[in-house]
Amino acid sequence: MKKTVNLTIDGRNVEAEEGKTVLEVARDNGIDIPTLCYNEELEPYGACRLCIVEVSKNKRTRLVTSCLYPVEEGLVVKTNTEKVVANRKMLMELLLARCQGVKVIEDMARNIGVDKPSFKPEYLEREECILCGLCTRACAEVVGTSAISLVNRGVNREVAAPFLGTADDCIGCGSCVYICPTQCIKMEDTGDTRTIVNWKATFKMQKCKKCGKNFAPEKQLEYIRKKLNLPQGFFDVCPDCR
Amino acid sequence: MSVNVLPRISSPEELESLRRDILSRRDPNRPLITVCGGTGCQTYGGSDVYQAFVQEVKKQGLEAGVGVKATGCHGFCERGVLVIIFPQDILYQRVKVEDVPEVVAETIVKGNIIDRLLYVDPATKKRHTKELDVPFYARQHRLLLEGNTRIDPTSIEDYLAIGGYAALPKALFHMKPEQIIDEVKRSGLRGRGGGGFPTGQKWQSTRKAHGDIKYVICNCDEGDPGAFMDRSLMEGNPHSALEGMIIGAFAIGSHLGYVYIRHEYPMAVENVTTAIKQAEELGLLGDNILGSGFNFRITVVRGGGAFVCGESTALMASLEGKVGEPRAKYVHTSEKGLYDRPSNLNNVETWANVPQIILKGADWFNKIGTKGSKGTKIFSLVGKVNNTGLIEVPMGMTLREIVYGIGGGIRGGKKFKAVQTGGPSGGFIPESLLDLPVDFDELTRVGSMMGSGAMIVTDENTCMVDMARYFVSFLQEESCGKCLPCREGLKRMLQILTDITKGNGRDEDIQLLERIADTLQDTSLCALGSTAANPVLTTIRYFRDEYEAHIKEKRCPAGVCKDLITYSIIDEKCPGCGLCVEPCPTKAIKFVAKRKPVILDQKLCIKCGTCYDLCKMKAIAVK
Repeated sequence: MKKTVNLTIDGRNVEAEEGKTVLEVARDNGIDIPTLCYNEELEPYGACRLCIVEVSKNKRTRLVTSCLYPVEEGLVVKTNTEKVVANRKMLMELLLARCQGVKVIEDMARNIGVDKPSFKPEYLEREECILCGLCTRACAEVVGTSAISLVNRGVNREVAAPFLGTADDCIGCGSCVYICPTQCIKMEDTGDTRTIVNWKATFKMQKCKKCGKNFAPEKQLEYIRKKLNLPQGFFDVCPDCR
Repeated sequence: MSVNVLPRISSPEELESLRRDILSRRDPNRPLITVCGGTGCQTYGGSDVYQAFVQEVKKQGLEAGVGVKATGCHGFCERGVLVIIFPQDILYQRVKVEDVPEVVAETIVKGNIIDRLLYVDPATKKRHTKELDVPFYARQHRLLLEGNTRIDPTSIEDYLAIGGYAALPKALFHMKPEQIIDEVKRSGLRGRGGGGFPTGQKWQSTRKAHGDIKYVICNCDEGDPGAFMDRSLMEGNPHSALEGMIIGAFAIGSHLGYVYIRHEYPMAVENVTTAIKQAEELGLLGDNILGSGFNFRITVVRGGGAFVCGESTALMASLEGKVGEPRAKYVHTSEKGLYDRPSNLNNVETWANVPQIILKGADWFNKIGTKGSKGTKIFSLVGKVNNTGLIEVPMGMTLREIVYGIGGGIRGGKKFKAVQTGGPSGGFIPESLLDLPVDFDELTRVGSMMGSGAMIVTDENTCMVDMARYFVSFLQEESCGKCLPCREGLKRMLQILTDITKGNGRDEDIQLLERIADTLQDTSLCALGSTAANPVLTTIRYFRDEYEAHIKEKRCPAGVCKDLITYSIIDEKCPGCGLCVEPCPTKAIKFVAKRKPVILDQKLCIKCGTCYDLCKMKAIAVK
């Protein structure tokens, strides 16, 4: 049995497993906190800062990122104080200024109460990537390939393949495409070829010996086969025909 | 340079006997010339002066009786190359290679003072012979830096001769780890790297943390523009920090330490590497230190130059070979730091304080300083002040005493405007607060911080909006870019500030800057982001009128922002000397005739200010 702790979130008393984060516990209890760089399958990262909440303990109140902050006995959490909202709005304005025309961001901003950023129109950018690091973390933590990473620092930061070239270690699985919240990673399947445009990587697709469908990149299947120690020819037929 | 191979020692008694032996071989009355080899003096040719002394002493056949040493930074960089002659403590300043034969012939051989090389106090016109009589030094309290003027940093014998490694046996043989921690706690020592966290408390948390393997780390990744405190300690007296680390490691229960040091500090890297090797050979590092049964090793790791790597979690990531990015510290590094193991990180200056606290006691240390900040602090005093250099003062000294007493006031008799403390993300403190006692809490109260101890003085010709813009530009380049407020917030702040300095500011910009700043402070992942707004917030707080002048009147009151100023010739004052004509890079100034004012072509003028700086008649106006 895991130890439990008692805390309050927005006035509600909740019991939580020790070691969980405030965000997990809030969501377990149906309390929503906005996030952009969080995914429950990945290690929390704390880059987007949208999940900030106010926590109080021992007369000390401060803003923390709920995706990283572990629950504690007696913790008082408030997810929507004036300070939280004001900061979240500014964060949203900063995101909007970077990502003009990105629907997910615009919708989220509207939900938080921001229509447009307070910056001069000439500052605004039409960047699609929000640098949340979900793709690089999925590639490293879930797939285990680390084919792409965040490179450079500050305003020059970007997600890229090694040396800004081709992602040689990419297996074409498309996890990065799937997890990207703004859908800025482009993947194209044409005939027997898959291309992940952003990483300049192309793959030959495996053709199902039964139905003839090109169902997955050969490189990905070989990666899985080796990792799981499966016999040669295991992926000759697609999952549908098996 | 240490030439004797010292035997490995295996007990405190042997260490003391070695110390006695070293001292017995040294005659305190033997003339000794120490030449400052610090950063500032190096640029003035310190190495050449040192070599010249070595050669000259040899030439005059005095090698046997006269010692020559290249030391670490003495502090008074403004007056380099600095030379001190012991035992009389004579300070010669602005010494050049040409002066060397005379110094040896006159002062060393005959005992005569060379007046020309003495420091003259511009305020009193008084000539000072001894180092400690010079106002720059007289007002300081150099607990840590004094060693720099006396020892050859590459000689462990020199460190032993000034009482080094005396605290170590006391800690290892006469104190329990808990007692050491208690002593450091009672001393009131707080981290000198910026945060000011109580050192003893940090040690205790790391000691108490679960885990067999614990690390101690020395942060020498000083990346602030204009800061060279840690560099000078590491270059000038590396053993003092190492001794602190060994004591700390023993108290914490660590057997492996790292010195993380900037690659851009080659001499510091070299000197600390040499020092570690010497300490190992002598049995002060490695297995069974001084026969105590305690094992501890130190590895030197060079940083790649990212400013953010001075932040503890980013530094640890970098040590692990990962990208230097900070992470949240909700679980402290004392519990999960380097390789997820309990780790205690302190900066060079903090470590260097430890031996003296152990040796002289917490009660001695906590008598120095203020209620909340004990001991001394080293500052690099730079900018528009007469006496730039490295200073060490007791906590609580007022800014006025530092800027005017030690710094000798503002260059060229100009008016003081503000002093920025704590590095690029420190705040600007105005004249009205010059009587502020400098300690951790007071600096924070007025919107700045102690930081690592950089102090940049500005004068009336400094535009505060432009200063804020400059530091935001530095910080946005050095932000790691991981968290949104720091990366995007600084980028927008820089755009807004740049526009204001170009005369394109909007009325609502001040408020917008404040809103971004609040979010930076409240929501950034690490201290780089949460403090990055300080230059903007303090300049708005104390110099709002300058912002308004730029925005509303399209005017730069300090005459700095090029888009808002014009240079013109004041015909009545211009004697037509033509001194400004040739240096003008765009040939915008035309010579007419002697006693006829020159003519400035506005279309060609790039507002570089060269003519303004050159004109002794003050015949150039800037508006």
